[in-house]
Amino acid sequence: MNSDAILIMGSNMAEAHPVAFANVVKAKERGAKVIHVDPHYSRTSALANLYVATRAGSDIVFLGAIIRHLLETKSYFHDYVVNYTNAATVIREDYCDTEDLDGLFSGFDPATETYADQTSWDYERDADGKPLTDPTLQHPRCVFQIMRRHFARYTPEMVEEVCGVSREQWMLVTQTLIENSGRERTSAICYAVGWTQQSKGVQIIRAAAIMQLLLGNIGRPGGGIMALRGHASIQGSTDVPTLYDLLSGYMPQPSALTPQQTLEEYISTSGQKTGWWSNFPAYIRSLLQAWYGEAANEEDGNCCYRWLPKTIGDHSHLATSYTMLDGKVRGYLLFGQNPAAGSTNSRMQRKALEQLDWMVVRDLYEVESAAFWYKQPGFGPETEPVDSSKIKTEIFLLPAAASTEKEGCFTNTQRLLQWRDKAVDPAGDARSDLWFVYHLGKRLKELYANSTAPKDRPLQALTWDYDREEPEPGSRIHDEPDTLLILKEINGYSVRPSNQADQASDEQSVYTLHDAPHVPGFTALKSDGSTACGSWIYSGVYPEPGNNRAASRISDGYTFLQWGFSWPANRRILYNRASADPQGHPWSERKKYVWWDEEQQKWTGVDVPDFPINKPPNYTPSAGSVGMDALSGSDPFIMKPDGKGWLFVPNGLKDGPLPAHYEAAESPVHNTLYHQQSNPAAKYYRDRPDNRLAAVGDPNYPIVITTYRLTEHHVSGPMTRWMPWLNALQPSLFAELSPELAAERNIKHGEWLIINTPRGEIEARAMVTRRMRPLRVSGRVVHQIGLPFHWGFQGKSTGSITNDLAHMVLEPNVSIEEAKAFTCNIRPGHISM
Amino acid sequence: MLGQQTTFEAQTSIPPIITQVMQVGSRTQAFSLESSKMVPRIRDAQVVHSVCPYCAVGCGLNVYVKDGKVLDIEGNPGSPINHGTLCPKGAATFQYTVNPNRLTQVLHRAPYSDHWEVKSLEWAMEQIAQRVKQTRDETFVERLPDGREVNHTLSIASLGGATLDVEENYLMKKLFSGGLGIVSIENQARI
Repeated sequence: MNSDAILIMGSNMAEAHPVAFANVVKAKERGAKVIHVDPHYSRTSALANLYVATRAGSDIVFLGAIIRHLLETKSYFHDYVVNYTNAATVIREDYCDTEDLDGLFSGFDPATETYADQTSWDYERDADGKPLTDPTLQHPRCVFQIMRRHFARYTPEMVEEVCGVSREQWMLVTQTLIENSGRERTSAICYAVGWTQQSKGVQIIRAAAIMQLLLGNIGRPGGGIMALRGHASIQGSTDVPTLYDLLSGYMPQPSALTPQQTLEEYISTSGQKTGWWSNFPAYIRSLLQAWYGEAANEEDGNCCYRWLPKTIGDHSHLATSYTMLDGKVRGYLLFGQNPAAGSTNSRMQRKALEQLDWMVVRDLYEVESAAFWYKQPGFGPETEPVDSSKIKTEIFLLPAAASTEKEGCFTNTQRLLQWRDKAVDPAGDARSDLWFVYHLGKRLKELYANSTAPKDRPLQALTWDYDREEPEPGSRIHDEPDTLLILKEINGYSVRPSNQADQASDEQSVYTLHDAPHVPGFTALKSDGSTACGSWIYSGVYPEPGNNRAASRISDGYTFLQWGFSWPANRRILYNRASADPQGHPWSERKKYVWWDEEQQKWTGVDVPDFPINKPPNYTPSAGSVGMDALSGSDPFIMKPDGKGWLFVPNGLKDGPLPAHYEAAESPVHNTLYHQQSNPAAKYYRDRPDNRLAAVGDPNYPIVITTYRLTEHHVSGPMTRWMPWLNALQPSLFAELSPELAAERNIKHGEWLIINTPRGEIEARAMVTRRMRPLRVSGRVVHQIGLPFHWGFQGKSTGSITNDLAHMVLEPNVSIEEAKAFTCNIRPGHISM
Repeated sequence: MLGQQTTFEAQTSIPPIITQVMQVGSRTQAFSLESSKMVPRIRDAQVVHSVCPYCAVGCGLNVYVKDGKVLDIEGNPGSPINHGTLCPKGAATFQYTVNPNRLTQVLHRAPYSDHWEVKSLEWAMEQIAQRVKQTRDETFVERLPDGREVNHTLSIASLGGATLDVEENYLMKKLFSGGLGIVSIENQARI
């Protein structure tokens, strides 16, 4: 709402996040320029000042050309870039760019198809390990000059050639963003899974981050990059993760592939010596204390760290689907999740479920993933009638409570925790997932109570007492766990009185979760075992009894600091030190947000400052300082060891330090920029017969297909297709195609068409509309079609499963599929006829 | 339960942020004798504050409860996120929660069977605990052949969490990872 320009790309915000889009409309009414870049014209496009039709999968060329323009015309925000980013930092001499290696960076190992060796991407350092810099930005190996060379080929001509966008339209977008960034103005970027569901999704977002850093739009009101996430608490389940590669608060799950066999090794490979992550030991130690209680003090100096399971590869949902298909997964627990229709390559997903010994499905309705053993999509040449007698999978289908039938926090897409009160009991045997997990844990602890096997010690030691002191008033369910106690554990508590920290052996001095004092926030966490904390970034949400800040509902002020609790420390804008100039003054009166108060010698403003509160802007670290002392008073990006915004990522990403354009795994055209066709580090699963990919330019699959949401349905439909109100609004699956393509294929509006890919075939109603436009790409016409993915064979409105068409090529950093750009063919007709 | 609810009456007495929607709804209208005596069915209902279960915008909901039943669910006009407005999905939350097609009993499908059987919750919980234990015991790996310690099982997987509460996610990761050594604990964020 405070933005002067808003670029929406990879998102149909008006239809997928309508209420948030109201703020975009309000900003527009105040004069902000709204731009929508998307393959599919939608209501977002209709309400934008400018709509740009583009080819799905070409985003990095569009954004890369903007970056090139900013660098070459010196349109970047100079003072911000020089002081707050790593533009001036010098990179090692042995670094080779995609310019040198025709689409690859140095360190690529063709045998494993990974960037196994990333050392050449690192900063050039002095003898103390301090990065070398050139604030004049002239050093040929400084990030600024490397970027100039890297993006040199991302020209407006290339935008026309690859994206199918005229240079005039592209220039209009570029000019709008430049004119609305700087000291006085800020621009925001909004994206959603249109970016993430690509085989190079992380690098598209990186390109946006580079743009925003160059324009000075990070850490400032009206700036930023807004990830429009799609589920009520998907942010919460990433922060307090149900993810295989993370522990809470973005600490990594220990791996056997890196030297992390001991706690010390884990800390030295995962923490940082400088910057805020230097507090890593306190956060992991407090997590171990929260999980294993006093046992963490007794073990061999590793504080039970060795009990944590280690990863040995990619154990993500989709990678696990293949081990399931191979019969290596025997038990599966589904919590409100529906892979049989909602996950990519759904046909393969359903086959994988048939290989299980047992599965638990917890849902409100009988979803596709619970019914696959007697029902399958009822058409298609490859589909045989289901023979239940051949499917071994034992299924426990347990009714779950709805969100109104339990209390707890959702974390929204702005990192805001909001507490829900419970309205009524769930009916019958329906229970909250909290109840299920708690009582499953209690039963397992009983089953293992007498074991002496070392492998069972973690479960025996696991702290697991969340019983309510008194039954919930008015509820007939007497054994529901106490949600607030769990929130208290997440917030953190003192394990023993502070004056008895040296009396660890005195059992009387140890608090229980029930009577322990809360910690006020994560700055109180210790690495000596005196504090326990389930998720350090959430610490402060429940700082004292009776003060659950997630349930705070005072709606006033400019930043609404008393509405819910925004992690970390209730900050609404991250890295907001960057809203002031290096001297600590606001960049402008108009964009004033957080600044240094000379009189009080502290940072102040309308938000909680994201900076050590008393560190003056002119602080300079002395040589050899560690922790936060190593960062200067003008280093806003405190989570980074150098305090800078990373234009160039010197380590950690699995597909390169800078974004480079690769075609989607399935594409109608060859890559115009490099010989390297598609992301070299993506996981292709080429050896899988059920994951066949169309070849580049395959005439059998000439059409680009993209998928998206409708306003009226949610994901694969379990939460909407049982509801007459919503089914009346959106009754059936359709495919959007242009009049030109429809004429070419003799498809009539409202009639059926069949869509096929090497993975499957589905049918849908034809929606012939100018919302889809043929584009001229690489000298020829490329057609695109679009489909929602909300249907399945269960519920009150049924239809083909769009995800049956999609393949499973995974992005290398985050193992997300490429559902937003692949290829298909279409023909008129109906499969069952 | 109903820890922080206020009644509809009490809520309207709080100086509210009156949205345009509410202004329209509360303007004095022409009444017939009959309609002048009618009152909204949510009059005297308890208002329970909740949050929309669909996308991640986090719109505030008011759940109106009377006699232990949900009467209606509307947008919370006090929320700075949605100011009382909702999209079609959020506005339909009532039908999502109060719906005759919802499951209320435990269903069990035995291996190779062609039908569901209704079972008790108690039975199902015990059977599930047994399955988890047996699979874990048969597949747990303490060390790789080369001696590296892993303390895990790759033969049980869990999926889900993006519409679950923070507290639920926390307990899942704690029990499955910290207690049982399950590695593939995943949710919608991966999709």
